[in-house]
Amino acid sequence: MKFKLSLPIVILIIWVLMAVLGPLLPLNLTEIDYYKIMQGPDWQAWLGYDELGRPLLHRLISGASVSFFVSISVVSLAVVFGTLIGTVSAYYGGWVDSILVRIFDIFLAFPGILLVIALAGVLGPGIDNLVIAMVAVGWVGFARLARAQVLSLRSRDHVQAAIALGTKPFIIMLRHLIPLISAPIIVEATFGIAAVIIAEAGLSFLGLGIQPPDASWGNMIKTGSDYMLSSSNMVLVPGIALILVVLAINLLGDKLRDHLDVKSR
Amino acid sequence: MNYLISKLFGALIVIFGVATLVFFLIHFVPGDPVEFILGDSALSVDKAELRARLGLDKPILTQYANFMSGALHFDFGDSFHKKIPVSELILSRLPATIQLTFTSILIALLIAFPLGTLAAMKKDTAVDRGAMMFSLLGVSIPNFWLGPILIMIFSLGLGWFPVSGNEGAGSWVLPSIALGTALAAILARMVRSSLLEVLNEDYIRTAKAKGLTQFQIVVKHGLRNALLPVITLLGLQLGALLGGAVITETVFSWPGIGKLTVDAILSRDYPVVQACVLLISLFYVFVNISTDLVYAWADPRIRTGSN
Repeated sequence: MKFKLSLPIVILIIWVLMAVLGPLLPLNLTEIDYYKIMQGPDWQAWLGYDELGRPLLHRLISGASVSFFVSISVVSLAVVFGTLIGTVSAYYGGWVDSILVRIFDIFLAFPGILLVIALAGVLGPGIDNLVIAMVAVGWVGFARLARAQVLSLRSRDHVQAAIALGTKPFIIMLRHLIPLISAPIIVEATFGIAAVIIAEAGLSFLGLGIQPPDASWGNMIKTGSDYMLSSSNMVLVPGIALILVVLAINLLGDKLRDHLDVKSR
Repeated sequence: MNYLISKLFGALIVIFGVATLVFFLIHFVPGDPVEFILGDSALSVDKAELRARLGLDKPILTQYANFMSGALHFDFGDSFHKKIPVSELILSRLPATIQLTFTSILIALLIAFPLGTLAAMKKDTAVDRGAMMFSLLGVSIPNFWLGPILIMIFSLGLGWFPVSGNEGAGSWVLPSIALGTALAAILARMVRSSLLEVLNEDYIRTAKAKGLTQFQIVVKHGLRNALLPVITLLGLQLGALLGGAVITETVFSWPGIGKLTVDAILSRDYPVVQACVLLISLFYVFVNISTDLVYAWADPRIRTGSN
């Protein structure tokens, strides 16, 4: 069991190290070198060069930073907003709940990625807009999950006792409800990170996310697919990196779900 | 009957909310479409003239009312760029998307049923683990990577299929695989787990006792009963499929609604964006409600709200 888990963990550690150390390394992301266009690997560039003679490995590391920081910020923000709103909805019930549930339903009526694409499109390119668009769509899933969980906890004795003692609603939610629903939220958040990594790459692929010359695995795949015949590395490298990280996170999510004993939806 | 009415009423509110969200999504966002079309250096007279022609000079609530009443009549105004009615543009692109969605579902089912069944029959063997690994890989490979790779191998390398466009049956294959793989992976898991559940039932034991072969048992008694959860999941996944179609169509230059949406977003053709997003979402709502209703019809406990 332990051994099975270790390969995904190693992949994730490499990903995080690339992401965190990337900004500190002297990466060449913009300097064009016409003599090295689509050259194979050498000592300066272990994965070869791209269509403008920039080392692929450097762009890969920079793309890792983007995927890491975007996915972590989107999922953290979505978890915080979603959990709070969902908890409030279930705790108060009544008309607050009815209105909020209608709002959830409206958001869930859109195919998620379509709404993200439309939002990112109208907000314009850029990393902040990318994060805003994905949080605006992503919070709903967590809100619905938190609401369902809190509904089943609301009548528990410790919550009723806290209400009887006159504890403020906000404190009840924060101390007595949210800690108890953290396990399913954590599992959902893990899968959420994988989904956001794919969504970020997808948006950047479509030209709605990270713009060249900045590197993202998505825009690297886009450029790579235009030069597939001359240099297959350019599309293979970022794609395989993306798939390995997503696969590792999904495997980790499965393990976490079993470990925390969360019923699958 | 009450259940039906409350469901339909709820759906109406959602549809109204979706249309409202789509309208304000585009109108409260920074960036002026008029400046975008004409450029910064355009004369203010020209800008004002275009603004009036597009109806952008009216108060926002009037624009909202116009949009809503227009949407009721399937009238979304004219495309900013192509100067033809948006509804016409959509109708010309719709068949390609319907066709792609359909062939993708077909491919997904063709992969999912054999794979899931095999995994369930050979539970906990290498076959099972292999099938589940494929399934995990299927949901982890993004279609915007799978698409180019398929093109590289089968179009550019082997020359079996065209690179892009929608010309003849050969051109359907790669886009359908690119779009259908993730769905196949998800459905295969579902086929496996619901089949495993069913295979423990008493009537399966009876069938075994009758001396039916493993194949007969699984196909006749197992799969038929495992079908309902798979169909439900298919309904739920349709939204993801439509979202995926937006990207897949772009990869393969497929002349459908998805590519139309992306092109419209990139060129800020707002009436087209509004109409496409609205249409895809409405279709999704419609599918979800139908799934609910079919379910309620099949299982009376849901209608009456008892367990």
